[in-house]
Amino acid sequence: MSKQKTERLLSLVVCLLSSRRYLTAGQIRAAVPGYPESFDAFKRMFERDKDELRELGIPLETGTNAGAEEEVGYRISRQAYELPEIMFEPDEAAVLGLAAKVWQRAELGGAAAGGLLKLRAAGIEAEETARPGIEPRLTTEDASFGPLWRAVRDRRPVTFGYRAAGREVAQQRSVEPWGVVNRNGTWYVVGFDVERGEQRVFRLSRIEGQVSFAGPAGSVVVPPGTDVRKAVRDWGAAPLSSRPAELKVRPGTGYGLRRRAEADVPGGAGQGWDLVRTSFSDAGWYADQIASFGADVVVLEPVDLREAVIRKLKGVLA
Amino acid sequence: MTGSGRPTATGRLQRLLALVPYVVNRKVVGLADTAEAFGISEADLVDDLNMLWCVELRSPDPYCPIDLSYEGGEIMVTEAESMYRPLRLGTDEASALLIGLRLLAELPGQQDRSALHRTIAKLEAAAGEAAVVSEQVAVHMDGRAPAETQAQVAKALADGRRLHMSYYVPGRDEATERDVDPMRIVVVQGRAYLEAWCRRAEAVRLFRLDRVIALESLDVPAEVPTTAERVDVDSGLFRPSAGDIKVEFELSPAARWVAEYYPCEERADLGEGRLKVVLRTPDTRWVRRLALRLGEDGRVVAPGELADQIMADAAQALAQYS
Repeated sequence: MSKQKTERLLSLVVCLLSSRRYLTAGQIRAAVPGYPESFDAFKRMFERDKDELRELGIPLETGTNAGAEEEVGYRISRQAYELPEIMFEPDEAAVLGLAAKVWQRAELGGAAAGGLLKLRAAGIEAEETARPGIEPRLTTEDASFGPLWRAVRDRRPVTFGYRAAGREVAQQRSVEPWGVVNRNGTWYVVGFDVERGEQRVFRLSRIEGQVSFAGPAGSVVVPPGTDVRKAVRDWGAAPLSSRPAELKVRPGTGYGLRRRAEADVPGGAGQGWDLVRTSFSDAGWYADQIASFGADVVVLEPVDLREAVIRKLKGVLA
Repeated sequence: MTGSGRPTATGRLQRLLALVPYVVNRKVVGLADTAEAFGISEADLVDDLNMLWCVELRSPDPYCPIDLSYEGGEIMVTEAESMYRPLRLGTDEASALLIGLRLLAELPGQQDRSALHRTIAKLEAAAGEAAVVSEQVAVHMDGRAPAETQAQVAKALADGRRLHMSYYVPGRDEATERDVDPMRIVVVQGRAYLEAWCRRAEAVRLFRLDRVIALESLDVPAEVPTTAERVDVDSGLFRPSAGDIKVEFELSPAARWVAEYYPCEERADLGEGRLKVVLRTPDTRWVRRLALRLGEDGRVVAPGELADQIMADAAQALAQYS
């Protein structure tokens, strides 16, 4: 089945690419082998074939030949079909190879490999970098990445269930997506939250269940000047002022805290204790970090940080 | 399209449409090389070539638009009608490549910035409309490491130098000293790692760049043994081993990030946003520290001895405050 279909689609593409004139459905049926006898069955199959070619990005044009009062025909314009002339220097070909590797097994990995293959088909040799380099990887473990990328690409609104941080249940959200952003490995979608009437940022890992399209392609308008990258950078990053802290730390421990210390005085906090001065902005977050060192690190100042650590430890025993 | 699994009819069509110009642009090309370039077996490639050769259009006069041969393992296309050029890049293809290129161009310590900017400009021009939507995808990766560390490591890589490194191991809360021969920098899940031959462990190791305390480029060329194997970072950095201990955690909504942050084996909803997860680890020291950090929001329920140990840790720490 599949082999016959590939053969038919291949013949159809060659047939339409070779013709400068628009070919009617009847002419196509006569030229391309593999279509059924019955005209209705042919029509149905031909419709599906046209859709599949368009999905591959093959520019199938509809029109009538000048001066003829014929029915509508089809052709593929070679100019619209062909990859424009493109040349890459060896160092450029090498970075292209690295760029395709970025996606590997992630959602757009197949597309990256397919794109690279087309460029290689145009004559570009695959160069392996001689020099060891930096190899970043994008991963798309979130099932919502695929549908959200397609929604952004096709400018379609979506709905999905979203569990905001610390929430017990997911809520249904209606969003006009403007862009997807990866910040240090975490994917976000930025868009217009229809019910809340403003721009919002959602973390893909907190989306639950299916992402559904909620409107036709082309119906989302991204406001001019939208900076999706900035939206994610600003999201949840309320800058807090930094405050000093004084810790006593057992010698040979607490490297994670000492690394960012402003002062580190061996024996400075009495027998068997070093005095370490650091600074922090978020007491809750810093208390968590200090608690993780157990009995090796004790907060001297400030009082609220000291109490936050005590609460945390009592929580373990609760 | 890259040959993994059985391709769909349209996937195979894409391959066939690329295959003709691939051969034409190289005049003569070997079967084996071509199969490798397309990520398929030689037998599949021969099937593809036969299919192309067999294309026949019946009207107005019957003719075969494609003529080719692959005798003696060399492919030649002598007639290819209107298929001399590959199909232009689709939106997904252009976007995937451009997003990758832009990401590479912005990495701290990147040595090939000029080549990257030239390539981006050429690809944008060739892709035209298909390139536009890629602007709606942004990737920011600073590797969560100091830029100077990343630049210093990148330079040692480019110059082929051995590095002396003071490296923080949080599981043991220890600073360690070692000499390493750099192999490459990988950035996985937003974190930059140096992959290197560690002369202390005599093995390939990944070092998180944000845990490098101090670095010194030595006046010694890097010597990576030919037997050193690169870590397959694409199948995950976490590799379970037979000796691992399974740790069962109960997490409140405030600690659900644990399930996002660490690879979990099992995951079950307990209702009210609570979650049960199972982590595997060869070393429970970091689990004890994680449990202290989580407080009442994350509780180890098994193994029992570990849970008891964590209670003792907390009691001891609390005693310092009384």
